[in-house]
Amino acid sequence: MKFPYYPGCTLKAQAKNFEISALTTCAYLGIELEELDKWNCCGTVYSLATDDLMKQVAPIRVLIRAMEKGQNELVTLCAMCYNTLARANLLVRADEEKMEKLNSFMDDEPDYDGSVRVLHLLQVLKDIIGFEIIMQKVVRPLKGLRVSPYYGCLLIRPKGVAIDDPRDPRILEDLLSALGTDVIGTPERATCCGSYLTIDRKEVVADNAYRIIMASVERGAELLVTSCPLCFFNLDSRQKEAKKLHPEMKQVPIVYFTQLMALAFGLEDSLGFESHYVDPRPVLKEKGLLGGS
Amino acid sequence: MPERIGVFVCHCGQNIAGSVDVEKVRDEAAKLAGVVHAEDYVFMCSDPGQELIRRAIHEKNLDGIVVAACSPFLHKETWQNIAKNTGLNPYLVEVANIREWVAWPHRNDKEKATEKAIKMVEAAVAKLRSDVALQPIKIPVKKSVLVIGGGIAGIQAALDIAEAGLKVYLVEKDPSIGGKMAQLSETFPTLDCPQCILTPKMTELAHHRNATLLTYSEIEDVTGSAGNFKVKVRRKATYVNWDKCVGCGSCMQVCPVEVPSEYEAGIANRKAIYIPFPQAVPNKAVIDPMSCLRLKYGKGCGLCAKECPAGAISFKNNERFEELEVGAIIVATGLEVMDASNFAEYGHGKYKDVITGLQFERLLAPSGPTQGRVIRPSDGKVPKEVAFIQCVGSRDPENWNPYCSKICCMYTAKQALLYKEAVPDGQAYVFYIDIRADGKGYEEFIHRAMSEHKIVYIRGKVGKVYEEEGKLKVVAVDTLTGKKVEVNADLVVLATAAVPSPGVKELAKKLRIQLSEGGWLKEAHLKLRPVETLTTGVYIAGAAQYPKDITDTVAQASGAAAKAISFLSKGYVEREPLVAKVDEDICSGCGNCVALCPYGAVELTDERVAKVDEALCEGCGACTAACTAGAISLVNYDKRQLFDLISTLVRR
Repeated sequence: MKFPYYPGCTLKAQAKNFEISALTTCAYLGIELEELDKWNCCGTVYSLATDDLMKQVAPIRVLIRAMEKGQNELVTLCAMCYNTLARANLLVRADEEKMEKLNSFMDDEPDYDGSVRVLHLLQVLKDIIGFEIIMQKVVRPLKGLRVSPYYGCLLIRPKGVAIDDPRDPRILEDLLSALGTDVIGTPERATCCGSYLTIDRKEVVADNAYRIIMASVERGAELLVTSCPLCFFNLDSRQKEAKKLHPEMKQVPIVYFTQLMALAFGLEDSLGFESHYVDPRPVLKEKGLLGGS
Repeated sequence: MPERIGVFVCHCGQNIAGSVDVEKVRDEAAKLAGVVHAEDYVFMCSDPGQELIRRAIHEKNLDGIVVAACSPFLHKETWQNIAKNTGLNPYLVEVANIREWVAWPHRNDKEKATEKAIKMVEAAVAKLRSDVALQPIKIPVKKSVLVIGGGIAGIQAALDIAEAGLKVYLVEKDPSIGGKMAQLSETFPTLDCPQCILTPKMTELAHHRNATLLTYSEIEDVTGSAGNFKVKVRRKATYVNWDKCVGCGSCMQVCPVEVPSEYEAGIANRKAIYIPFPQAVPNKAVIDPMSCLRLKYGKGCGLCAKECPAGAISFKNNERFEELEVGAIIVATGLEVMDASNFAEYGHGKYKDVITGLQFERLLAPSGPTQGRVIRPSDGKVPKEVAFIQCVGSRDPENWNPYCSKICCMYTAKQALLYKEAVPDGQAYVFYIDIRADGKGYEEFIHRAMSEHKIVYIRGKVGKVYEEEGKLKVVAVDTLTGKKVEVNADLVVLATAAVPSPGVKELAKKLRIQLSEGGWLKEAHLKLRPVETLTTGVYIAGAAQYPKDITDTVAQASGAAAKAISFLSKGYVEREPLVAKVDEDICSGCGNCVALCPYGAVELTDERVAKVDEALCEGCGACTAACTAGAISLVNYDKRQLFDLISTLVRR
């Protein structure tokens, strides 16, 4: 099974561990993610300006690249890329006039026809592969590992692009169960991580991270799982600042769902845990889930 | 066939005059053949406008009129009444709809709009010139009324009708009448208990010599038309002989099966054989076949039959059908509250102490399972902090219903107040979007709840409810301060949205009445004909039309009853004479029309020609389109008239 794949900038820099673990686990599951030949920025944050179509040029150009592949599907990993591309797609599909304007602006490109379906990898895993199959492929069940899923906002909001019920999502929980972990639910699983305030108001992000992480710790979680590089950064790296604000805080590793999949599938070479601020290896070794213990 | 026609052009304020040159329409109309008078006026439907038409008919000796105004649905009857009162045959009145069909859709092009309006007036004049004077068809009516639904709306309507001396049948799907009101603790803003104000009405109706209760029954089929409906009622199987049952309740003592009680909104159980509540009317038992062991397995148990002192229990399926003949029908099927299991974000289903408003009513009610003691379902402790969440599923167009459920603000205030009276050291919080208290004494009631009972009102929608350390954490944003608030509650009460009763869609189809957005019954006109439907002889009352409280429901029920009574008081109905007519010389007796008529109004005579029963014909025209010989036509809508009309409209 082959899908056109859009990585986005972060997966080539800060979130290399996300990409490596994703590509390896996908290959293991028989999914080939074929990177678009040339791609540009997704547009980062989806623009809410209604009178400035310029902001939609980048995402639509990405969708044109996908359309050229002739498969009408585009897989993303980064939650923000997913959200921005899917919302831009939704916008032009619903508004012929805007679609036309964008197409005539990009006269060097083939016209976008709205045919591409933007998918997040989690949707591929759930709807195309199936969590049952994933469970069967597990070689090292993550028994006894207590994990909290953390959604953030971009996968489940707004409703039009939500990959699951925005008010009661299950997709990460179901995947984690398939991998054999103990799923620790928390009320903060969709609380804002602080997003780009991380640049100029670190203390707000640190405080959110503290609240989100502590809600999991209090319920016995040893790890938090996310699918968004920005959430990852805010929850992982900002623990440094959070610890300053709240000295009693227990530091907890944050991992991508693909890293846990790689672990459960026995693909230890592609975990990429070295770059984490809070190292997940000690707890995994302690649980006997990682070699060298 | 009118030859002295008057044309009256209405401005409708700026509604028409804003996009149509009404003076030009008038001047052009005056030039048409057969037109002897043309006039325009700012509001033709107003008193001076009507007077102007009346005067013109007299002075100019008009023999037909065309009114160019709004849709004929709105005012054709008005114009026909003017004609009738002035001695002009009301069927020599035509309407050119230059508002909905011209002025509104063509707001931006006055010239074209005016041209279209002139054409439409011309077409109406052309048709009128070959219209014939008609007399309405009079048909005697059945002086009896069917009321569907036995809640407070149905009970009030049925009582009013019975008191007026008409026979009334009340069909209710549940074993007892009483509806939602019978489940309530007390009622706002007066705090009367339903036991004091509803049950006497229930008993009065049951004993009224003009009233017949058909409970545990549903409408199977409705035929006929206004004044002469034939209704087939399905009397559901009770498995108990009601002629023998005295309502002693012994059967319920011995029945071993317990299932959640509908009357207690699921917070307490009933038996498989049950009388819904002690004040039930009629006070008779029914067996629920889904849970009764004997009925499920066909043998065994039978304890209730052994215990019954009256020998009323046979386990025999006694379903039967009854035919009623009534002149009018009132639909009062009420509302249901949305199932809270839809609201995972508030933890319903996950936490036992997250309940619905209706369940809380049962906890507050002296007649309820706790005798009015407020205790929470999980551990039976008295909740010291209660959070009420309003607009659960209402005013939420993205996820659920766009509309306001109308009753929740008031019943939440009432529940919070009653809770404070029951638990004086407790604290109640109400999360709201807006407080809507637009009834007599309502605003004062809310203020009493806030000031005297110190109920804390927080303006903001709740984002989530979760359990922590034995408390339910309710997280919201106070939109007045912009700050996040968290309440540690022992009990959370959800004011879930009101929705139409299940099955109302199918019922509406049987009655040939329409539904509005959201599945509420549609009234003939929201402001001016709120209890009528577009089907003559069928009226609506209560929350089936739209969520409403008891005050409004009772008023509307009496209104619907009065409408039904006045409709039947003449003793006959006048039907539009715009029916199909057969030219017997041409009819070949093929019978196409007989097979096609949806009303069963056409039959073949012994001479093998079609004959139309004018009492049944609705004038739909299906037969005229199907007749190969062109022998059957609608009066005042025959083919020649329609061709005249169309050729006028399409002429350049």
